[in-house]
Amino acid sequence: MPTINVKRDLLFKSLGKVYTDEEFQKVCFEFGLELDEVTTEKQMITKEQGEDCQLTQGASEEIIYRIDIPANRYDLLCLEGLVLGLQIFQGRLQPPNFMAIKNESGFSPTHFTVTKNVNSIRPFVDKLHQNICRKRSLVAIGTHDYDTLEGPFTYDAKPPSEIKFVPLNQNKEFTAEELMTFYGSHAQLKQYLPIIKDSPVYPVITDSKGVVLSLPPIINGDHSKITLNTKNVLIECTATDLTKATIVLDTIVCMFSQYCKDKYKAETVQIKYSKSKSFVYPELRYRNEKVSLKKANGLVGIKQNGADIAKLLSKMSLKSEFSGGDEIKVTIPPTRHDVMHACDIYEDVAIAYGYNNIERTLPKTNTIGEQLPLNKLSDLLRYPIAEAGFTEALTFTLCARDDISTKLGLASIKDVPAVHISNPKTLEFQVCRTTLLPGILKTLSANKKLPLPIKLFEISDVVLKDSNAVFVYKKKPWFTESLCEMVRKKKGLYRKYKKSGNEIDLNNYKELKSVINKSVKLGKQAYMEQMMGDEYLKVGARNERRICAVNCNKNAGFEIVHGLLDRIMLLLEVPWSQKKDNTGYYLKATNDPAYFPGRCAEIIYNGSSIGKVGVLHPEVLIKFEVNNPCSALEFSIEPFV
Amino acid sequence: MNSGMAEKILKYLDENNEVNTLKLASILNEDHQKIIGTLKSIQAHGDLVVAEPINEKNIELTEEGKLVARQGSHEANIYKAVPEAGIAQSELMKLSNGKVGFSKAMSNGWIFVDKSVNPPVIKKKVPDIKDIAQEHLQQIEAGNHSSITDKEKAEYKKRKLIQEIVIKSFLLKKGPEFSTTLTKLETDLTSDMLLSGNWKDLKFKEYNFDALGVPPVTGCLHPLLKVRTEFRQIFLEMGFSEMPTNNYVENSFWNFDALFQPQQHPARDAHDTFFISDPQFSYTFPEDYLSRVQSVHSKGGYGSQGYRYDWDLKEAQKNLLRTHTTAVSARMLYKLAQQKEFRPVKWFSIDKVFRNETLDATHLAEFHQVEGVIADYNLTLGDLIGVFTEFFKKLGITELEFKPAYNPYTEPSMEIFCFHPGLGKWIEIGNSGMFRPEMLLPMRLPENVRAIAWGLSLERPTMIKYGFNNIRDLTGPKVDLEMVQRSPICRLDK
Repeated sequence: MPTINVKRDLLFKSLGKVYTDEEFQKVCFEFGLELDEVTTEKQMITKEQGEDCQLTQGASEEIIYRIDIPANRYDLLCLEGLVLGLQIFQGRLQPPNFMAIKNESGFSPTHFTVTKNVNSIRPFVDKLHQNICRKRSLVAIGTHDYDTLEGPFTYDAKPPSEIKFVPLNQNKEFTAEELMTFYGSHAQLKQYLPIIKDSPVYPVITDSKGVVLSLPPIINGDHSKITLNTKNVLIECTATDLTKATIVLDTIVCMFSQYCKDKYKAETVQIKYSKSKSFVYPELRYRNEKVSLKKANGLVGIKQNGADIAKLLSKMSLKSEFSGGDEIKVTIPPTRHDVMHACDIYEDVAIAYGYNNIERTLPKTNTIGEQLPLNKLSDLLRYPIAEAGFTEALTFTLCARDDISTKLGLASIKDVPAVHISNPKTLEFQVCRTTLLPGILKTLSANKKLPLPIKLFEISDVVLKDSNAVFVYKKKPWFTESLCEMVRKKKGLYRKYKKSGNEIDLNNYKELKSVINKSVKLGKQAYMEQMMGDEYLKVGARNERRICAVNCNKNAGFEIVHGLLDRIMLLLEVPWSQKKDNTGYYLKATNDPAYFPGRCAEIIYNGSSIGKVGVLHPEVLIKFEVNNPCSALEFSIEPFV
Repeated sequence: MNSGMAEKILKYLDENNEVNTLKLASILNEDHQKIIGTLKSIQAHGDLVVAEPINEKNIELTEEGKLVARQGSHEANIYKAVPEAGIAQSELMKLSNGKVGFSKAMSNGWIFVDKSVNPPVIKKKVPDIKDIAQEHLQQIEAGNHSSITDKEKAEYKKRKLIQEIVIKSFLLKKGPEFSTTLTKLETDLTSDMLLSGNWKDLKFKEYNFDALGVPPVTGCLHPLLKVRTEFRQIFLEMGFSEMPTNNYVENSFWNFDALFQPQQHPARDAHDTFFISDPQFSYTFPEDYLSRVQSVHSKGGYGSQGYRYDWDLKEAQKNLLRTHTTAVSARMLYKLAQQKEFRPVKWFSIDKVFRNETLDATHLAEFHQVEGVIADYNLTLGDLIGVFTEFFKKLGITELEFKPAYNPYTEPSMEIFCFHPGLGKWIEIGNSGMFRPEMLLPMRLPENVRAIAWGLSLERPTMIKYGFNNIRDLTGPKVDLEMVQRSPICRLDK
């Protein structure tokens, strides 16, 4: 959510009303804004740079409001737009009519007059850059003193060495190449350099005399910079996304247009892409929507008449008219590109009505609650394990590669079916855990001061890479390998028949063809059924719910975790299989580098292994900085759901 | 307890009627503390003796005082170090405690500075001295200081050679139940006593009710998961069914695209989301639905303008760790839409979500999200607010306000604020809204079916409830297990 800083006194002067902080907070809240902080320039610098910083000298003590703006309301990102929005919301102003007007001379852009100091508009440009423009990577904006330039203008791309100009607020000429180095250490600008840096040509805007207006999205030229004496402003907007460029340009123009001699009017510019293709901007298009009175009332849960709904919408800068019946005509101004659907209009009805004034009702939906069986089982098992003296740990799913590989005695992470994170910020978040053991051992290590024995457990999910869950993407996924093989064979038979003209080949071909058709039909049907089931979940990885328990004491105490296993099995009504057959559970000796040799067993349930129990290997204890012997138990509970 | 000692004490008291414990210690040649300990155990047997506490002030030597008693006072040592011919002052200062000794010897008039030679030297002023300080301290050490005046004592005290100590002792007299022998008092009722029946004749030791009992050996459940249990209970009480959220790895399609979140949205940046390098992409999607999602993003439809950009399948295929459980809600709603006949649903889930955020006291890379979803014909915003009111009432929160907000997949959207009496202010506790038609209609849900949803973190209310300031104190491997063991049962409405 973007936050803007506005000077309180200037804001109140523009609103024509003085509020207390609490009153203004309330106004913001109803409108969907949030007064985040009341501060001053000095306080903000102190907060960032520290107390006795020279920067605070001469910093203003004027009260500043920091206001959170919803991310889709580009029109509220500057003082002008905010004041306009609030005044209309409070019914003290009618929504203005923004207009794009043609100038007489046709091709080259002409003027509109700026009557006031335009400096206060700069922050708005910056906020838009950070917001919809995605840090200038999608859209870049430039404003220029039109009278210093001579049209027509050219938007071109040239090798960086051929672009040479004095950049904004510098007094020396640089080539674009030099600028990349020059701004490499610039606090604000350096982040934008990578957007074009490695491109062989850079975008550049020049006027008819070759004066450089800007090198988007990096910097404007100094020549055309806006000063207090600027009368006519040229706004240029370059982008990689036309929809966004239109939104940005419309918004900027509307905000600037409040200062025009003919208020809310701006002159258009013709953009020629080729001889045949040309557009006129800004569009400042007003869109008309018709929404249903019944739906508006129904969705919000209120009972207003058409005229009232229209009045509410007008408070949200949407001029509306109730034309009788069920229809409300809504005009969406060029400042409200966030309105995409009727539901956006219904929301504005609700905001204008006041969320907190809506009658609180309960839906008539009648349903019966149900637990997810896996979660129900997990939750039910937590109690008896705690009753058995084990304390519950809650550890992280993300961990370092070492935690699940080398620290557990494995040679490499390649031996582990782990899901890897591509962009971890720290080593702690390289992979998803494939076992709960490391988290418990870390908890033990952090709690050395506790008296022994320490008994811990956790019931949680591990994440396993599951290659069975990966399908090769195809247009027709039901074409399996064997089916493709059959198709190849069919083509071979057809070629053979063409060559030989033999009836047998033709019959073989026809027979195979009908088999294939049948298989395709069945395959497609099966695939569709699969899609309706859970199979479409597949992402190449799955969770597995496990129990892990560790006993840490002066001696390893295998029998403690073994006893817990027996207890859990007893509670799950799984018998101990003394004959080691396919019913019930039993232990089968095994080797695992994480466990002490000869002290590790697989837990076999109904014939298949579900986990391990054993004494942890001293090397593992050292790596996790645990000073006392431990025995551990870890197994999947999914077979018991 | 040493009953031999107790009987010795009682015998002595029987013969002498009264005695001070200090004196008793020297008579019995025992440590005074041991005498006191035995006295306590005698008292535990009843009113055998009366013990009057006595505080006696005494003086004893400090470490420095002991040194002086042994080796002479600092000033005497200085005097002795001055040879007949005199000595440079700097040489004297090298002696231990030279500075103190020098000034004291000067003020005593034992030595003087001879300035007639250059550089000046220190010479003896008197032929002989008597080290009274040493004598006094030796007397004090021997416990005999009657000849030392209070003024002198004050002086030694100031010089930190002696210190005052308070000796606590007791004056023992016979008590009303005096006896020279102790009857053994029983500490606990035992099965042997029940068997023999002799509990009727035994005397039992008085029980100390002012101490804590022995903490039971027990395992404990984690406080955050206790809160999770309470939340699950609340949803179940309200008739919600639990969604299967046991799939942390998700793809961008279900996490973002299906929710009508545009592909250039900041949440889809590597700054905010954990993307997965292995397995990097998903390949199976419901094809028809996928193309409808593509179309609503790039061209609009269902009454929407759309975002009007080139939607890229590759972007949707990217695997990630789900950033919200709403990805599961989307899958569930899609599945619901594929059924022959729509039936209304109320769903919930509480499970982990992941954000590639900068970590601080209130943010971790993984946390639990609580989510509720209701889908039915013609739900209203008033219904959504009404459901929250009931839901939060069960959490003990009655003062709620709703603020308009923005969320790419809900419209209308609301932030939920509650008044926190402890903090004395309104705080945000959750987010909510109605899913956009651009999300629901491509799934082929009936047009007048609306879905309302809300979400909050499990950690935040837990931290507020139990007064945690740092989230790391609550979850993760660094938590203090003692905190887990001491955490109370969870009743959110209390």
